Amino acid sequence: MSHVPPDLHYTKTHEWLRTLPDGNIEIGITDHAQHALGDLVFVEVPQAGRTLKAGETCAVVESVKAASDVYAPIACTVAGGNPRLANEPEAVNNDPYGAGWLMRVRPENLASVAALLSAADYTSFLAAEGE
Amino acid sequence: MGRKTPLFALHQELGARLVDFGGWDMPVQYGSQIAEHHAVRRAAGVFDVSHMCVVDLTGPHARPYLQQLLANDVGKLTQLGKALYSCMLNESGGVVDDLIVYFLSEGCFRLVVNAGTRDKDLEWIRRHAREFERGTSALQIQERSDLAILAVQGPEARAKAAQLLSPTDAGTALALQPYCAAQIDRWFIARTGYTGEDGFELMLPAAEAQATWRKLNELGVASCGLGARDTLRLEAGMNLYGNDMDESTSPFESGLSWTVAMLPRERGFIGRAALESLRARGEGARLVGLVLEDRGVLRSHQKVLVPGVGEGQITSGTYSPTLERSIALARVPAATAARVQVDIRGKLLDARVVKPPFVRFGRSLLN
Repeated sequence: MSHVPPDLHYTKTHEWLRTLPDGNIEIGITDHAQHALGDLVFVEVPQAGRTLKAGETCAVVESVKAASDVYAPIACTVAGGNPRLANEPEAVNNDPYGAGWLMRVRPENLASVAALLSAADYTSFLAAEGE
Repeated sequence: MGRKTPLFALHQELGARLVDFGGWDMPVQYGSQIAEHHAVRRAAGVFDVSHMCVVDLTGPHARPYLQQLLANDVGKLTQLGKALYSCMLNESGGVVDDLIVYFLSEGCFRLVVNAGTRDKDLEWIRRHAREFERGTSALQIQERSDLAILAVQGPEARAKAAQLLSPTDAGTALALQPYCAAQIDRWFIARTGYTGEDGFELMLPAAEAQATWRKLNELGVASCGLGARDTLRLEAGMNLYGNDMDESTSPFESGLSWTVAMLPRERGFIGRAALESLRARGEGARLVGLVLEDRGVLRSHQKVLVPGVGEGQITSGTYSPTLERSIALARVPAATAARVQVDIRGKLLDARVVKPPFVRFGRSLLN
């Protein structure tokens, strides 16, 4: 059973979002996603300043076996990618909701975050997916 | 639902992630794929490869038949138990499959062919046998689905596997030279593998497979899935059928020239005429190793740009846990020099051309 922290928002494509005290949003992939991908060996995060549309491909996470796209959950501007992942992609496996965050972004519209899945919604979604 | 090996229930019990592989439900990993890879490079791991197809070929003319069927020459097999790696070609010189043939006795050879090509191979072998048999006594072609195959690989693999045997049998097994095999009591034990490490491939009665696996685990041999098997074989520079060669590619452009016995000239194996004309025309392409200099992961089907020469394609690519960088096999124009670029999602990254293998017996072979 995957870990789903109660205080975050989620997407059906297995990204999570955390609202930071400065109003920026931290984005990563869920415990379920990192487990499904297996050992990550390469992570490509977007450049600061890039503007993203909701649903746009914005990062790539590669495990030994395959490359997977990460989608921007909301329209936003990238404040920065996680520099640690260049040399330590396994941080996403070891600490998906902490040290393994992928990027921090400025949302175009704060309400867009609240419209995403709650932890309870995401847990039900995983159950329906047959986790 | 795919086909299942005699170890399927045990894989489930061990928490393996199961995937479809050539129509079989096979374990891709039990925990961390990278940890399983390192277990084989540093100690010992066990793989279920029972999905591969064992075919015993028996009859007084088994040897001359195989000399016609295979591109390598089983005439080289003079010592009982010796193994030979070979391609089986079609008339145009394309690879129908790659396989290992063991010399069991003068009228008996054992072939191990790929799982995904099992049905095609059996049909091919039987059809050519019928044509060959005209005027000779019949060949018996027996598929040995009664056997399970466990590959125990790694620097400690032979010593661990030998602990499963009686002292006398262990002595016989440990005395096997590389690429040699023997029937030892109920087990056929071969000092072969697909990882670039020492080890055994054990062919044993299906009913003994689960207990054997558990005993190996108790001896500290790690359960390993097909994920680790793929990164290990690629580091070892070994081809995977369907990725690195198939019916549309010849052994010459697949890094397998060394497996084709063009001598003696009078041996008329299937595909020989096509290979001779390919050779006369000169090489079109060759299979090389690539090491990515930049960060990223090489994957099959990515385009390889060869400055001033042309283009090629990656046939197998992965992250190498031993080298901690990405490596690949690629089919490129024959004139390719030392440096190429690979198109990864629209970015051109630098790669170095090397001669495989990349890793052998736990050590990097890169300069």
